[in-house]
Amino acid sequence: MKPFSYEQAASPAAAAAAVASRPGAKFIAGGTNLLDLMKFQIETPTHLVDVRRLDLNRIEDTSDGGLRIGALVTNTELASHPRVKRDYGVVSRAIVAGATGQLRNKATTAGNLLQRNRCPYFYETDLPCNKRRPGSGCSAIGGVSRSLAVIGTSQHCIAQNPGDMAVALRVLDATVETVRPDGTTRAIPIGDFHLLPGESPEIEHPLVPGELVTAVSLPKPPGGTHHYHKVRDRASYAFAIVSVAAVLQKDGSGRVAFGSVAPRPWRIEAAEALLPRGPAAVVETAFAGARPTPENAFKIPLAERTLALVVAEGRA
Amino acid sequence: MDETNAFEVNRRKLMAGSAALATLNLPSGVEAQALDEEAPRVVVTFTINGHLQRLQLDTRVTLLDALREHLHLTGTKKGCDHGHCGACTVLANGIRINACLSLAVMHDSDEITTIEGLGRPGALHPMQAAFIEYDAFQCGYCTPGQICSAVALVDEVKRGVPSHATGDLTAPMTLSNVELRERMSGNICRCGAYSNIADAVSKVAGEML
Repeated sequence: MKPFSYEQAASPAAAAAAVASRPGAKFIAGGTNLLDLMKFQIETPTHLVDVRRLDLNRIEDTSDGGLRIGALVTNTELASHPRVKRDYGVVSRAIVAGATGQLRNKATTAGNLLQRNRCPYFYETDLPCNKRRPGSGCSAIGGVSRSLAVIGTSQHCIAQNPGDMAVALRVLDATVETVRPDGTTRAIPIGDFHLLPGESPEIEHPLVPGELVTAVSLPKPPGGTHHYHKVRDRASYAFAIVSVAAVLQKDGSGRVAFGSVAPRPWRIEAAEALLPRGPAAVVETAFAGARPTPENAFKIPLAERTLALVVAEGRA
Repeated sequence: MDETNAFEVNRRKLMAGSAALATLNLPSGVEAQALDEEAPRVVVTFTINGHLQRLQLDTRVTLLDALREHLHLTGTKKGCDHGHCGACTVLANGIRINACLSLAVMHDSDEITTIEGLGRPGALHPMQAAFIEYDAFQCGYCTPGQICSAVALVDEVKRGVPSHATGDLTAPMTLSNVELRERMSGNICRCGAYSNIADAVSKVAGEML
């Protein structure tokens, strides 16, 4: 790791101001992703602002029947919360499908949303990567790409968003709440939170420098049955090849998002409207315009089969 | 620091001699970090196995390196140093974490329990005793992490923490073999002692749940 100075933030606004005022400063909370990347010198912050002890670790009911999840609530706490287990099961299911008990105990809600990608070339510091070194090129295009995105990519990056929790939050229409360095707050719909790579793959979210995620809000429970099915190379502790998060209603309608197929949780509302016509129709529309590589083209039929499994599970 | 003496092993003294020769071959990053006296330092005060400890550390020192290199509690093992293997699992305020992916400075005022703090020779923690009874290890390198993880997971089941193997999220939880294996997936054993580890954990969990 490169040397860095360290401070504990006194308030969310002070933390935001502290990071904004120092080039090279970053927030740290759980640290499970950031420290890993710092050891590889992929992340090289010169100053860390520790937000772990801020009062952002509560889960509260909202006046409209929803839930407000503090940014520092750990993955374990969120997956175990009685209301989450009862009313937002897709979130519990998605969280425990990822990482390990040890990591989920440290990883936070905001940190999970902000985790970096897992493209093998992002980690291979000797090779070009437009996320790690903007303008250096994309080694994954024409390289080993089996795990990478099939849609939403650009000629500059084909990394997928590897998260599980974010896919569940996407089907629930979650909102990400933040505070900016000037103290103002805003709410960002989860669908706008993860950016497609386009011309600037290094910009992964719409946050301004120093902007701190303070909470994630869920609207009132959608009812129905909740599903998260993750296909991966081993039964536990592996990133998804394809995942499906779904909330299905008795009348055959529902919401569906796909994970690990795109640079963001992939939910196409026009596609999920076709659920009554079956998984093939949904996937055909959701993946229209996909540009898979020969190595990862299998993800599209795999997405259809995974959705078929989830739909069968919903009927059972 | 008398608590570490009972665990002082001869192999470590032997290794210390070998390490002096090996420093010539250190990767440049490691050498630079060890010699970088300009790097920011901070004071950390935490309770380790019931003893208050105060250390002045480079901000980069992980909880794992603080335990092993600064407090000489070498029961906690460094395997991958990236959160993949679980050999460094310790309890922070009773919660299992990877000590390698945690900065020591972020544990100020925390209570840390390592394998040395769970039990002592002659007064073993039930999980330690069960690992011996069921022959739940071969080389033993992953064992401290396995035991700390197993102790914590029994508590997690009691607290209603679900796993990927959980059926009904809202039903009372049990610890089947499938559940246990899923919950222990963050602890790798390259000798492959999993069957005996599962037996040892099942026995203790059966008594504690």
